[in-house]
Amino acid sequence: MPPFVHPSESTGTLSSRPEHSSESPLSIHAMTVAYQRKPVLWDVDYDAPPNKLIAIVGPNGAGKSTLIKASLGLIPRASGQVEFWGGSYKQSRARVGYVPQRESVDWDFPVSALDVVAMGRYRRIGWCRPVSRKHKDIALACLDHVGMRDLAHRQISQLSGGQQQRVFLARALAQEADLYFMDEPFAGVDAATERSIIKVLRELKENGKTVIVVHHDLQTVPTYFDEAILLNMRIVASGPVPEVFTEDNLQKTYGGRLTLLSEASEAVARASRGER
Amino acid sequence: MQSPGLSISEIVETLTFQSGFNTNVVILGTTLLGFASGIIGVFALLRKRALMTDALSHATLPGIAIAFLAAQSLGFQRRSIPILLIGATISGVIGIVCIQFILRHTRLREDTAIGIILSVFFGAGIVGLSYVQSNAPNNSAGLNAFIYGQAATMSSSDVILMGSIAVIAVLATLLLLKEFTLVCFNDSFAKVDGWPVSIVDLLMMALVVIVTVAGLQAVGLILVVAMLIIPPVSARFWTDRVWKLVLIAGLIGALSAYTGSVISALLPRKPAGAVIVLTSGVFFALSMFLAPSRGVIAASIRLLRIRLRIAGDHVLELSHDLNVSTIPNQAFDELSRIRGWSLPLRWLLLRALKHDDSVVRLSNDGLVLSAKGVARGHRVARNHMLWEQYLVSYADIAPSHVDWSVDQVEHVLSARLVARLEQELAKQGIDIPPATPMKPGGAG
Amino acid sequence: MIAFDIGLDLFPLLAATLASMGCAVLGNFLVLRKLSLMGDAISHSVLPGLVIAFLVTSSRNPIGMMIGAGIAGVLTVLLVELIKKLGRVESGAAMGVVFSVLFALGVLLIESEAVRHIDLDADCVLHGQLETLAWYGAPDTIPDLFSSSTLRAIPRQVLTLLIMAALALGFIGVFFKELRISAFDPELSTTQGYNASFLHIALMVLVAGVTVASFEAVGSILVIAMLICPAASARMLTDKLSTQVILSIIISILTAVLGYIGASVLPGLFGRDAVNAAGSISVMSGVLLTIAIIGSPSRGLIIKTLRNRALETQIAREDLLAFLYRAHEQGEQYVPVNRVLRAMQGHTRVLPKLIKSDLLESRDDTVSLSELGRTKARDVIRRHRLWEHYLVDEAGLSPDHVHEPAETLEHIRLDPPDFSGEDPHGKTIP
Repeated sequence: MPPFVHPSESTGTLSSRPEHSSESPLSIHAMTVAYQRKPVLWDVDYDAPPNKLIAIVGPNGAGKSTLIKASLGLIPRASGQVEFWGGSYKQSRARVGYVPQRESVDWDFPVSALDVVAMGRYRRIGWCRPVSRKHKDIALACLDHVGMRDLAHRQISQLSGGQQQRVFLARALAQEADLYFMDEPFAGVDAATERSIIKVLRELKENGKTVIVVHHDLQTVPTYFDEAILLNMRIVASGPVPEVFTEDNLQKTYGGRLTLLSEASEAVARASRGER
Repeated sequence: MQSPGLSISEIVETLTFQSGFNTNVVILGTTLLGFASGIIGVFALLRKRALMTDALSHATLPGIAIAFLAAQSLGFQRRSIPILLIGATISGVIGIVCIQFILRHTRLREDTAIGIILSVFFGAGIVGLSYVQSNAPNNSAGLNAFIYGQAATMSSSDVILMGSIAVIAVLATLLLLKEFTLVCFNDSFAKVDGWPVSIVDLLMMALVVIVTVAGLQAVGLILVVAMLIIPPVSARFWTDRVWKLVLIAGLIGALSAYTGSVISALLPRKPAGAVIVLTSGVFFALSMFLAPSRGVIAASIRLLRIRLRIAGDHVLELSHDLNVSTIPNQAFDELSRIRGWSLPLRWLLLRALKHDDSVVRLSNDGLVLSAKGVARGHRVARNHMLWEQYLVSYADIAPSHVDWSVDQVEHVLSARLVARLEQELAKQGIDIPPATPMKPGGAG
Repeated sequence: MIAFDIGLDLFPLLAATLASMGCAVLGNFLVLRKLSLMGDAISHSVLPGLVIAFLVTSSRNPIGMMIGAGIAGVLTVLLVELIKKLGRVESGAAMGVVFSVLFALGVLLIESEAVRHIDLDADCVLHGQLETLAWYGAPDTIPDLFSSSTLRAIPRQVLTLLIMAALALGFIGVFFKELRISAFDPELSTTQGYNASFLHIALMVLVAGVTVASFEAVGSILVIAMLICPAASARMLTDKLSTQVILSIIISILTAVLGYIGASVLPGLFGRDAVNAAGSISVMSGVLLTIAIIGSPSRGLIIKTLRNRALETQIAREDLLAFLYRAHEQGEQYVPVNRVLRAMQGHTRVLPKLIKSDLLESRDDTVSLSELGRTKARDVIRRHRLWEHYLVDEAGLSPDHVHEPAETLEHIRLDPPDFSGEDPHGKTIP
């Protein structure tokens, strides 16, 4: 829809936004995302502080994964910009790592755990060249890091859910990125895996990295994370966990969907699909 | 199949490329094609595009008819294979594009879209062929060959074509195996990682198109999909690694094509395409049943072993529960009834307990346990208790494990896990003492 | 109807129509249950069943062939399931393996000596033999058709098709409710006492039956088109399953009749020989589907484009009115046209239209809202500011971020909750 310019009312949109510096690994500005033209994220503004563990929390269907995917350009944005260290995603791609949802792949695929982790090195290896000894060793070290060295040569369908998740984590480590996006890494994993994942996250932070995690367990947020984004179709609150986790904010996030906002999403979707 | 006058020497000659130039050309050409399509098929299968290739091959037909008419109106007197194949490629690609269009712009799903394109395009092709036949009957005879294939008409230039396609397939796989695997396994990761997913996809699709079009003449458009799908599906039973999958699929493809075309050369009126597909069907059946890791027989044996071990555990546990070291026949029958063990299973079970594990000896009184048997019974019983305790005391953190039934878990706990369970339970102040050992054999 | 010849065309047309109807009515449930390709697989793999039945009975006995093909059809379904489960093979690949191997077997059998001497050849398997159903000695005029000799002249294929089509229609009619629930949710259906897998098998047996009956007359490829296309077209036109089934039947009749005319009558008008009717009917089913995709009154591409256009114009109009309203609020009664045009970003067409419909008044090179326009503009502004208020107060967005969403929301048909006072920017809500 064509935006119309009203100098009188759109004042402040630019000036009141915090001056985003190249310090911030990720800054999202006025991002709206629609699935089949149905808005699922409304006008998100966010600047990620560097060197923090950040949780995205919110109820089901709040758009948590969508926020990650749209930031990475995996799904198109209806509007808004995303910058990485003040530049475009293309420029900073090599510094960004990604752990997709575990269910997003076919775990019966004929590759070993090591093969999957080595995929994190492909970007460095480049086109047409095979995975050399050096990169294999790095991949092995990453597997070792998540306590999976013994299972390196197992086919991935023979791993438990938690082990599969650790393979994904190891692959992200192999990417040697500065900013990580992880989509529900704690979903359906055993206690041992959860501990090992959080250990790795803390190490990443100690090494100056930033990690943004879609998380579904509110209780563990204060112990695991520094910062949180409370999300329910729009950002309800964001910032350091103690500041953000107030009764009021949580109520706003989880206290039922704003029915009118969902209805509005549906109505916008219908209108722009050309339906009544 | 009767084979009048088929001598051993004739068979050997055909197998070893000594039965005349034309036969050799056909055998060599189809073998190369089988090799290439087996390799390329791996990526179609891994990308879950098996039936998309079927739509592609059917959609080539109208292109063939139109290309023929176009060539005629341009003054070509005889049918020119390259022009027909170009027509086939174009209309096949249009078919694929149409599928994508339907998926993007309508509510119809992939299976429906594939079925629509496959049948409508093929119908258009049939109309085209019947038009050609009634308007240019003299030169059109060869067009039908594209439907069922006519390997017999292969020429040496076709062999060169098949050879080059095989080389392309091998080269592409050698160079791009890594990229193809990445995109097939996890395209969203590939995209974030900066790989041009749609270009890699396009390359894979282009290879499929090349193989399909090349296979039209040999096996025909209805069966060419089999050459792409069956070898990789069969190969999947033998291995868990992509590169081995590619290798084995290529070999199975080549072998089925070779065997199929040899049989077709030896027997009268056996179209090579159909024989090749049937041969690969045989390879598929063999792989599905006999392959050591994923094969059905191997899997059922493994399953039976586990069942026998668990059943054996139950028997031995019974001795612990009854506190006897000789299980009376009656008690064993009762247990079998409760557990629903069939007679053959009971027979196998006793055999396993007696011979493989030598924990039991049969006597008139019933099953007499050895010391080893008694110990195993205790271990199982204790594991059972441990696990039950664990579930009870850790009801809050155990939910991810509750789908394991107590019955299953007690048999699969490793010594390390048992130790951990003991630790966890000790933290809660629960101690399960090791069961008191009993004397073996008849003391009960 | 110049070129319609009762003798040549009546029975082929009848056969095509019956086959088409029988397939279409079953196809609805194949499309719904994502089984479209199972129809494809079955239509390929009944071939060996047909040929073996022929070899056993050594005649073209329809009952024998029907049984043979039925067995082959059910075997296909079972084999696909077996390979999927035992071999952990994805369903598309499993179907590909099964139907191609069975079809290859059929091709080999057809070529064998025993079958060669009858007229069951590989080509007619694909595109049928509609043309062979011609009725020699048919009456010349339509009234003459109403006699007992007509009944006797009906070819066996047409009778078989009639029975199968009646069975298919009857099955769908009787079990419609059960089929609907089992297509929607097989497990729910089973717990309610309608055994989903029984219905599934029954459906597959019928598909095999209709396929076989159609096979001889129209060929296997047309069968796939007939199973899928009319149902898919109907699905584009309606959301209601019962309507969809009825529409699919109507479309299937249209497809058969138009396709047949296209093949046998149309070329004659241009002095050409007839083309293959089965192929032409497949093409026609594709044409009708394309028309449905483009022209469907509820979700067709045309209507969507038109509505999008209308929406864009509406938005441009409302935005223009709001623009002038805001200018008036700032005390500027008459706004220069060139500034208005600049603000409209290409949607300049709406300006003269608004003047024409008396929403705007123009004076010299300036425009101003008329009384009517002012009312309308106030409505838009009111919605805009109400939405802003809602987004800030209820949705918790920050005040400087609500303008753009409100820009979208002010145009949709959904009322914001009422409120009187000021919007987040301190502007009065009119």
